[in-house]
Amino acid sequence: MMRRLWIGLTVLVFGLLLVIPVIRIAQGAFDAGWSGFWRGLTRPEALHALLMTGIIAVVATVVNAFFGVMLSLYLVRATWLGRRLKRLMNSLVDLPFAVSPVIGGLMIVLLLGPDTALGGLLGRAGIDIVYALPGMVIATLFVTFPLVVREVMPVLQEIGSQQEEAAHMMGAYAWTTFWRVTWPSIRWSVVYGVVLTVARCLGEFGAVLVVSGNILFKTQTATTLVYQDVENFNLTAANAVALALAAGSVLLLLFMEWAKSRKEVH
Amino acid sequence: MTNMLQSRWWSWGFRSAVLIYFVLLIVFPILGIYGQSLSGGWHAFTDNVTEALAWKAVLLTVKLALISTAINAAIGTMAAWVLIRYRFPGRRLLNSLVDLPFALPTAVVGLMILLLLGPRSPVGQGAEALGFTILFHEPAIVIAMVFVTFPFVIRAVQPLLEELDASEEEAAYTMGASPARTFFRVILPCMTPGIASGAMLAFSRALAEFGAVVLVAGNIPGKTLIASVYIFGEIESDNPAGAAAVSVLLLTLSFAILWIVHFVQTRRTGR
Repeated sequence: MMRRLWIGLTVLVFGLLLVIPVIRIAQGAFDAGWSGFWRGLTRPEALHALLMTGIIAVVATVVNAFFGVMLSLYLVRATWLGRRLKRLMNSLVDLPFAVSPVIGGLMIVLLLGPDTALGGLLGRAGIDIVYALPGMVIATLFVTFPLVVREVMPVLQEIGSQQEEAAHMMGAYAWTTFWRVTWPSIRWSVVYGVVLTVARCLGEFGAVLVVSGNILFKTQTATTLVYQDVENFNLTAANAVALALAAGSVLLLLFMEWAKSRKEVH
Repeated sequence: MTNMLQSRWWSWGFRSAVLIYFVLLIVFPILGIYGQSLSGGWHAFTDNVTEALAWKAVLLTVKLALISTAINAAIGTMAAWVLIRYRFPGRRLLNSLVDLPFALPTAVVGLMILLLLGPRSPVGQGAEALGFTILFHEPAIVIAMVFVTFPFVIRAVQPLLEELDASEEEAAYTMGASPARTFFRVILPCMTPGIASGAMLAFSRALAEFGAVVLVAGNIPGKTLIASVYIFGEIESDNPAGAAAVSVLLLTLSFAILWIVHFVQTRRTGR
């Protein structure tokens, strides 16, 4: 009896809170039929926005995957960093989680905006950071930085350094040791971290909105386009882009479940 | 080639590149925002923070974040319990769905709530008939916050329930404790650390939320304008010092929460 009640309540909460909203977006996207959805998605501004989101996601994911793996290796293994310093850095890694995306964007505007010393200097050299692509990439890098590190570090701690030391003693170069010994054991957690990073890049809104200025055909991304469409009461078009984004996230989520099961097998 | 890769220069180069990246991307901007908020002197900072609208926005954010955290603590504990303890068709599906709010773009979440609870939707009309409005009022903000922070408590409680030793529970039963007594004396104390740390993470995320809220809040200054949207407005109206001051207030609060969670977790695993 109690069992049925609790299961029923949980299913109800999940249905109301998670399932119905997603269905409603799909329904909204097809308000004006398939052609309305297609028109909303293939508008020139939507195509440009999706392209911007794609570029940012690729660049930010590649950069953060590289630096994330390197930093995890250093924070777990390095003997050249003091223990105190490692602990301090370890807690600093989480900072972007605590920072509101809007504040993340504000930081970049304050440091690199056209009115600042650094931004002015770069501007005179012809490099725009804020209200241009580089600033949007930096904002996304900031927001997604902890994801790979947080996935990879526990695995590195768990596998220990014995095998690596053995490989090193047997004369393998650091490079070889990494690819032959370390990489196979952290592979799936890196994949998992990368998927999380991609999902966050696709969905990043607050930080990018502040940094980009949301300029049509220039710095507009998919999420800021959804925002603008809603502000302009262009709901069907907003739904079309939102559905595309939601479908992307759900696919990534499914992939994540699959990667998680692979990670556990390992 | 291998000689070159092995050489000290390479490892030195890698090390400094990673450290410089870390400092420039994470440490430097945060110091920058604290610096900017105090750039006009202490008085300017207190003026910006104590401005009526800013203060109201921060208080409103804290209040609504607390409400949504309480809701999530209750729902999350229940869902974690059901997902771990009961076997029923669809359990695996529900368990995967938990992460959905993390995967969905926040702007999309805002749009969903807008569509579902708007004045023309059945829910909106029902609420209207009962004499209150959801959209562009506080309930919509709370719903947005609950949605976005949904996974935290569940994901924090689940591992604790999995680890819970069944023999403790059985012992309580054999000694004649009622199911309710067993729950409150044995099971709940075991879940409490998870509920607490999950709730704190949810709270700090709710404080920071922007995308889901900005579309559904109406953003009326002093009434439904939350802190992150206030900051956005200050940036748009070209008042970076005011934006930085409120940011510093929010950041310090979030850092304190994060630090407490960190402290509690290391103490627990250290024991």
